[in-house]
Amino acid sequence: MTKTFQAGPPGETIKSDCQVYYTPGSESLKIDIESKVLVLFSDAIHDLVQKTFSLLGVTTGTVLIKDFGALPFVMMAQIETVVKRAHPELSTEALPEFKEHARYGSSPGRFRRSRLYLPGNQPKLFLNAGIHKPDGVILDLEDSVPPAQKDAARYIVRNALRSLDFFGSERLVRINQGELGMEDLEAIIPHNVHVVLLPKAETADQVAAMDNKVQEILKREGLDQQVYFMPIIESALGVLNAREIATASKNNVALAMGLEDYTADIGTQRTLEGKESFFARSMLVNAARAAGIQPIDTVFSDVSNEEALRISVRETKALGFDGMGCIHPRQIKPIHEEFAPTETEIARARNIILAADEAETRGLGVVAVGSKMIDPPVVKRAERTIRMAIDTGMLAETWKSG
Amino acid sequence: MKKNYEFVKNAAGRKIPTEVNGKKQVPFQGVHGYKPVGVKAAPLVSSCTDYPMDGNKVLPSIKAALKQAGLKDGMTISSHHHFRNGDLVMNQVFSAAAEMGVKDLMWFPSAAFPCHEPMIEHMESGVIHHIEGSLNGPLGRYASEGKMNGLAVLRSHGGRWQSVQDGEVHIDIAILAAPTADSFGNATGDRGPSTCGLLGFGLVDSLYADKVIVVTDNLVPFPCIPWQIQGQNVDHVVVLDKVGDPEKIVSGTTQLTKSPDRLFIAELTAKFVQAAGIMRDGFSFQAGAGGTALAFAIYLKEMMIEAGVKARFVRGGSTKYLVEMLEEGLTDYILDGQTFDLDGVRSMRENDEHVNTSPFTSYNWHGKGNFASMVDVVVLGATEVDVNFNANVVTHSDGQMLHGIGGWQNCLFSKCTILPIPAFRDRIPVIVEEVTTIVGPGELVDVIVTERGIAINPLRTDLIEATKDSGLPIRSIQELKVEIDDLIGGVPQKPKLTDEPIGIVKWVDGTVIDTIFKVKSEK
Repeated sequence: MTKTFQAGPPGETIKSDCQVYYTPGSESLKIDIESKVLVLFSDAIHDLVQKTFSLLGVTTGTVLIKDFGALPFVMMAQIETVVKRAHPELSTEALPEFKEHARYGSSPGRFRRSRLYLPGNQPKLFLNAGIHKPDGVILDLEDSVPPAQKDAARYIVRNALRSLDFFGSERLVRINQGELGMEDLEAIIPHNVHVVLLPKAETADQVAAMDNKVQEILKREGLDQQVYFMPIIESALGVLNAREIATASKNNVALAMGLEDYTADIGTQRTLEGKESFFARSMLVNAARAAGIQPIDTVFSDVSNEEALRISVRETKALGFDGMGCIHPRQIKPIHEEFAPTETEIARARNIILAADEAETRGLGVVAVGSKMIDPPVVKRAERTIRMAIDTGMLAETWKSG
Repeated sequence: MKKNYEFVKNAAGRKIPTEVNGKKQVPFQGVHGYKPVGVKAAPLVSSCTDYPMDGNKVLPSIKAALKQAGLKDGMTISSHHHFRNGDLVMNQVFSAAAEMGVKDLMWFPSAAFPCHEPMIEHMESGVIHHIEGSLNGPLGRYASEGKMNGLAVLRSHGGRWQSVQDGEVHIDIAILAAPTADSFGNATGDRGPSTCGLLGFGLVDSLYADKVIVVTDNLVPFPCIPWQIQGQNVDHVVVLDKVGDPEKIVSGTTQLTKSPDRLFIAELTAKFVQAAGIMRDGFSFQAGAGGTALAFAIYLKEMMIEAGVKARFVRGGSTKYLVEMLEEGLTDYILDGQTFDLDGVRSMRENDEHVNTSPFTSYNWHGKGNFASMVDVVVLGATEVDVNFNANVVTHSDGQMLHGIGGWQNCLFSKCTILPIPAFRDRIPVIVEEVTTIVGPGELVDVIVTERGIAINPLRTDLIEATKDSGLPIRSIQELKVEIDDLIGGVPQKPKLTDEPIGIVKWVDGTVIDTIFKVKSEK
């Protein structure tokens, strides 16, 4: 008896995605297509299905595509999902073209004020994510993806990494915990991931294991690129080990807080006031700062309450964090605005930078503003303030000459 | 039944039939090309002595009124669409006509809605021969399949006035649903259980039809004040229990879009208006009731407050958001064509600065000028735009005719026409090589705002110059097209069309700008 395998989201009100039904068989491949864009794309869809099967090395069986306007990279991923559900032993991959606009790089010290979570199995949310200019987009393979969709999400995310333009946002992927996460790395690392988020980090060993795996993949693929890490602390043990976690890899660029799981772990609930997480967040800020990396706060989950978000960002900033997570594009602007330096901060930073410039021209070892000595970390901080002021349009790039 | 059509090429390079529904057609001759001469059409002469001296024109039923008005085969029956999807009158009118055994009527609404799906049955049975008016939803699909006897004739709101004044369409009987009326036929839309704000779309019908029937569910003693429709033009009045479904006539509150992409486009549009120097003291704008247009108005309002700028007038369709601008002193007037929500209705009733207009004052080709060309900036939608800035609102890229024109064509004459549109919907690109149907000629479309950048029509060197240092993402339309075509996996194939026309699109002057052909079925 032949079994029909299926992939794709359930239901009829699907956007920018498709359902694929595949029945293995010995006859050469038969393709059926139903699509709401059939009039415009019947040939293109047919060719794509043919091409995807041939990349996977499968030439037989019957496939039915029910398409709701899926972009090619999505359809390829759903086909790969269904074929591998039928043939788990297959090791071939059906990779879409690696676009030039998907090849830009990142840097350890860039801004990470906002990072936008995108559920890995919902590609429609990816397509325009970059236009809202978050500092980073997180293609999530972990908690936002239901267990039955893990395989599909992995291929969708991989294909998105090769296909989509995120317009300069840092490209992050949150992998799953444990062994599944190691498999995720195999699938995604060769496709220009800037940062891997490691969920539920509790020990330095976990970070080291991930690091080893990533270096192994990069070496095997002959890729000369940096992949950075952002471990997420989500438990009491993680908080207590924060320092070791932060220093576990030279590729760590940030340490992030995950408060939903953390508060559950210490046996309480998250409140708006946040007293229950004060210790953990302070610990994380100190561990990250001690390691010279960025402390990043948790997500703010009440999407419709912008005022509460702004209050929360101000508090986050005051605690010493450099950024926080968002789950909706409309949260990005308030976060950037609240993290932006104040006029006073900018004025102070300008004085410090000018004084540092002057000290350098005059060959002085010590920077001073008025009668006050300025330490190097403060100068560095001022440089960052100036960069952020320029980025948020509060200061002209040419401020020194102007 | 397939007819043989002769086709000619018009000034837009489109193939158009020479005769439609028994009427000879004039091909499009350019945006300002066509100026008919002579005198306007006129209704029959009437004498007041033929009407009851006590002013009471009430008849017991729609059927009685249709009979009295002399309904017979082949007549044209018109109606306005101020009740939108909540209209309970027109289905009854054609059911009554069916009971009377009348055939081959032409329905001439200012727009039809999904609630008018029963008209399909009347077309199947031959009571209605065809419909000339905006065909949305089920009626659009029916006509798209080539099932209607005559061709769909799509006109703008202004074009509807023009067609009546030119005598191209002669209305035999006008049915004017009215939220409040008196027994003499004076009627208003701004009050009553089925309130819709105003009745401007029915004004031409009241002035030019041979017979006019007012249908209301709220009869008040003479005089009905205000009299948006004047009883001197009305033959009969019919009172029903209910003429409209209030919740479907106006929404309680207008919903703003929550889509982050659309909000992004709306904000970018407002920024463009500011950067181009259009938003200055005494300016004017028009934005529709679509989600993106509403959001645009809200962003613009914030910028106006910040800059201390006040508008002289804004054009409706009015909503709560425009009413707030009026009440907060950000505009001197709302010149309104239709009200979309209850705040709009209240404001129209209570505020003298919220003015009731008709397509004659705003949009008419045969007016001695009109408001539309005086508006500084108008924000409209589109299903497609091509690289020459030609735009489409009536068909989709798959060739299906699903929308009416509304005031869209008329609004293109504003000083700056902006189309804020997503660059693609699902997999379907909005920027294309050539639009499926030309509804708006490219020379009148000035700016396209998408989530991936702003394209300015090269003809508008002034706008290009004004915004060149604005920091806004201004790009060429070709560049946007290339980016989207890459994303969607290549340029889509064209729908395969038959040579059988199912509808024509009129330009605002009554000429034919394009033809809609039936699509060959894929399977």
